[in-house]
Amino acid sequence: MLCNLSMDDFLAARAQMAMSLGFHIIFACVGMVMPFFMASAHFLYLRTKKPLYKGLTRAWSRGVALLFATGAVTGTMLSFELGLLWPVFMQHAGGIFGMPFSLEGTAFFIEAIAIGFFLYGWDRFNPWFHWATGLIVGLSGVASGIFVVSANAWMNSPAGFDYVDGQYLNIDPVKAMFNDAWFPQALHMTLAAFTATGFAVAGLHACMMLRNKNIDFHRHAFRIAAFCACVAALLQPLSGDISAKSVAKRQPAKLAAMEAHFKTEAYAPLIIGGIPDESTAQVRYGIKIPGLLSFLAHGNPAKPVTGLLDIPPDQRPPIAVTHYAFQLMIGLGILLCLLSATYLFALTVKKHWLTRHWLLKLFVGAAPLGYIALEAGWVVTEVGRQPWIIYGIMRTADAVTPMPGIRYSFYFFTLVFISLSVIVVYLMYRQISMTGRLYDPDDPDYNPVK
Amino acid sequence: MLYIVIAYLWASICLYLLLGGADFGAGIVEFVSRGSDRQRVRRIMYRAIGPVWEANHMWLIIAIVILFAGFPLIYSTISTYMHIPLVLMLLGIIARGTAFSFRNYDAVQDDLQSVYSHIFTLASLITPFFLGIIAAATISGSIDHHTGDFLSSYVFSWLNPFGIATGLFTVAICGYLASVYIIGILSDPYDIRLMTANIKRFICIAIILGALVFFIAYLQRISLLVRVFGSITGQAAIALATLSLIAQVILFKGKHYLRMRFIAAFQIVMILLAVIFQHYPIFLSFQDGSALSLAEDENNRAAIYFLGLALLSGSVLILPALFYLMYSFDKKRITSSSPSK
Repeated sequence: MLCNLSMDDFLAARAQMAMSLGFHIIFACVGMVMPFFMASAHFLYLRTKKPLYKGLTRAWSRGVALLFATGAVTGTMLSFELGLLWPVFMQHAGGIFGMPFSLEGTAFFIEAIAIGFFLYGWDRFNPWFHWATGLIVGLSGVASGIFVVSANAWMNSPAGFDYVDGQYLNIDPVKAMFNDAWFPQALHMTLAAFTATGFAVAGLHACMMLRNKNIDFHRHAFRIAAFCACVAALLQPLSGDISAKSVAKRQPAKLAAMEAHFKTEAYAPLIIGGIPDESTAQVRYGIKIPGLLSFLAHGNPAKPVTGLLDIPPDQRPPIAVTHYAFQLMIGLGILLCLLSATYLFALTVKKHWLTRHWLLKLFVGAAPLGYIALEAGWVVTEVGRQPWIIYGIMRTADAVTPMPGIRYSFYFFTLVFISLSVIVVYLMYRQISMTGRLYDPDDPDYNPVK
Repeated sequence: MLYIVIAYLWASICLYLLLGGADFGAGIVEFVSRGSDRQRVRRIMYRAIGPVWEANHMWLIIAIVILFAGFPLIYSTISTYMHIPLVLMLLGIIARGTAFSFRNYDAVQDDLQSVYSHIFTLASLITPFFLGIIAAATISGSIDHHTGDFLSSYVFSWLNPFGIATGLFTVAICGYLASVYIIGILSDPYDIRLMTANIKRFICIAIILGALVFFIAYLQRISLLVRVFGSITGQAAIALATLSLIAQVILFKGKHYLRMRFIAAFQIVMILLAVIFQHYPIFLSFQDGSALSLAEDENNRAAIYFLGLALLSGSVLILPALFYLMYSFDKKRITSSSPSK
């Protein structure tokens, strides 16, 4: 009975952490990317003096303010949650992977200062100084993101210490920060942030264009967001390849779970789709492309790829979840790449496509896909690391807080996050429906209050 | 490097109490204002804290990062035994930050505004209250880390009369800080009268609650406070903090509102100093008399070294920018936002 209860609490702690991160990651990515869109529109305004761009900058900066505040408070919460839920982990890991966090604190601080300047600085400062503060919001946002991902990479690829008889000795925080996984993960995450946010923003503006409201305004907005999203989406497969090779080298169990790859073999096939069955070590209904997995993982189709059967059962991550999340991410990534190629083709060759409704409709449909792919990718990296919290060193189950009743904390935060999501979505909806009055100077109703 | 890191830790805790505290205080002042005054207070607050509130709260992040990278054992112990008040404090931080932004950036100004305002003011009360409770528990040796029993380890470690009194005292201090901070930027006579009333109110409440904190400490035989009063430094710091009230009155009569800020800050720093000085290098004391100290942990020397470097280099970037931010938005005095009645 007691064991049962504590098991529940452990799952609750994992669920709460997953929910908090899954929620925060959206706001963090918006906070990384939107400032660049905002700064682009602002740049165009300062260059062309077109009032439309000023309206667009202001509209986007409202979005940034709302989402940044949400991202800042959920981020604050996460810095506490690490200790609230995983005190044993933090007790040992804090000193080792604290370096990226202290740098992240600095970057976050600069971001908060810059956002104060930007949001409240209209008509108070030299216009280019004001513009630069907006750009700094974006740059420090990206820097924060990279630092946090580097800390997460350390959990996948622990470095910078010697583990002797349960002791963590010879700590080197710099080596810990620049662990083997930091670069592939940081690159992949940054591109994902640009892709996901770009498609979400472009999709929203495309939707408004289809509704025939403030068309000129939304077209300008769409162009900035869509261009950025498409470039990032087309670069993403390259970074994906770097990531896959890195995972294959460092975490064979994760790669095997992603691919539902059971038997160690040369010319290992890439499995598309399918239902992994752990009891028979088979994947049913999947499409197999022989040799491709070996090639993608090691750059050589003849090289064997470690299968799950060669990994002790108590060290295997949950296979089905990792596999499905990975397939979802790849599938959506391919769709977004196709759309990106189409858009860039339209932009350069078939200019008349740009005003076609089918293209806009595709973008509306693609609006949530980037974020779904991003969350799926996050599931792959986090679930795929299990049962470890520090890969190969400390098990997640050994890191959890001794305090009973974490379930209630989980219910409580679920409620908080659901209400926050509802309010944020509602507020964004209100912002967007007020575009004409507040932000578009060409609209007959244009009458900004503040 | 250890001492640099400890200095940064205390500086960020002080600054969080001063700047973040004034910020919470803004909500507390709004909470105690009634009727049309509430609207006025809200408008003044928006202009006073709007540009700086995000930055003010970064001091908490800095303090937490220092604890968790530099003193991971202290961080993980506090987060284990203070789980519940930390969660409640976090709820306050989340509710407050989002309600403030939502209130200011909602495209439509309707009934929802009053919902945001209620959440904002309530959250402004509970966050400093629980901060006070947590601070009280870390210094008063009320944490029971042995029994592992839910109530005695995770609830009564912080829920006791001393903690509650300290929490309320923290709330009063925040209200005082905010009123003093804001009076410095006002020029309309009605607004100044309004804020003067608040300063008086919060000083009275803070003195009563401060006395209550000491009284309970005496009853509960909390050794720390005995030691504070047993030493010259402690006595001097508390005496200076109390005597500065006279300076505050003189400055107020002479309408030197901006200088009052420094006196208020000085008072708070003195109170913190009195406690910290006697406690140092101990950060966290337990019920059984054992304690966790900030003194050097061999194993964590490298982490402390790089943390110190990160803090020093971060300061070069942050401090000038932060001063310029506060200076820029303080420069223009706030003229009354609506005609006085």
